[in-house]
Amino acid sequence: MQKKKKVLLQLFLSTLYLSTFTFGGGYVIVTLMKKKFVDEHHWIEEEEMLDLIAIAQSSPGAIAVNGAIVVGYKLAGVPGALISILGTIIPPFVIISLVSVFYSAFRDNFIVSQLLEGMQAGVAAVIAAVVYEMGAGVVQGKSMISVLIMAGAFAASCVFGVNAVHIVIVCLLIGAVRTLIGERRKAA
Amino acid sequence: MTYLELFISFFKIGLFSFGGGYAAMPLIQDQVVTAHQWLSMPEFTDLVTISQMTPGPIAINSATFVGIKIAGIPGALAATLGCILPSCVIVMLIAKLYLKYRNMDLLQGVLGSLRPAVVAMIASAGVSILFTAFWGSMEQLSLSGTDWGLVFIFVVCVVFLKKGRMNPVLVMVLAGVAKTGLALAGF
Repeated sequence: MQKKKKVLLQLFLSTLYLSTFTFGGGYVIVTLMKKKFVDEHHWIEEEEMLDLIAIAQSSPGAIAVNGAIVVGYKLAGVPGALISILGTIIPPFVIISLVSVFYSAFRDNFIVSQLLEGMQAGVAAVIAAVVYEMGAGVVQGKSMISVLIMAGAFAASCVFGVNAVHIVIVCLLIGAVRTLIGERRKAA
Repeated sequence: MTYLELFISFFKIGLFSFGGGYAAMPLIQDQVVTAHQWLSMPEFTDLVTISQMTPGPIAINSATFVGIKIAGIPGALAATLGCILPSCVIVMLIAKLYLKYRNMDLLQGVLGSLRPAVVAMIASAGVSILFTAFWGSMEQLSLSGTDWGLVFIFVVCVVFLKKGRMNPVLVMVLAGVAKTGLALAGF
């Protein structure tokens, strides 16, 4: 019971903190969640985290909210999911409420716009560092097909602008075919 | 009645926006500008700008912004609730199934093929953020239009993260401060 309370509190504080400081959309927040829950707390395994991110991405809705739900649910069931949602939506709710009152002044403020522009470069650096680590993991797995999937998905998403849902569905189909062929070989 | 309309509109946005981020934008515009005229098109453009400049998903930001404008804080709550309810139900259902069946060989094999793609999609999002930072958009790539100050900040940030193992949020805040400093110094 004591431990569960600690997990819930940590979930709330983590999602609140990440959501407050996360500019640049859902991918950034799931990346930071991975750093927090996998690398820092060791509550979730790296592979499992990628599965959870996949669930967050392939479900409808905002990826940041979905990521919070799936991580919260994994760590502490329905209460965990609810508390993570709360932590995730309080910061944008409060900030947008304040901003909507005087948003034209905010939009035209030079310092604010410079600050945010700089933070974009910082966000890009965070993503680059994490992608490098995870990409190296895939390459070191020494599976040619996995590397091809990674390259193909990158081209589809980045060059051709294919919707993430379609990429997920295609990869699930590829995975199913691969697994079924593997099973048949094993049986034969 | 307004609360219910806000709730239903944002429920639809939450349910049908797959793929995250900008995938939700046309849906929001459809509901908020076209169907209900809660915002004019210039107001909607401002909303998108604000969403880019503040933390939080665009759908949640929109729900709060539109809700407050139409029906105050209770309106914002109704719209936000509508927006996250589909996610709540669907994600928890899938997570439950995943945690129950993940040890099946089939599911492991299938997800094994999805993981590299997830890495690739995060990389792709990183590239578009990087391009937006360096050139202002994905369409105006040119050497002269490059924001070299931001390129420099990006490189320093990567070094801090990889070599210095610095906290990512701290790195982002420092990047913002550095850019402001550069701008004030006239670069």
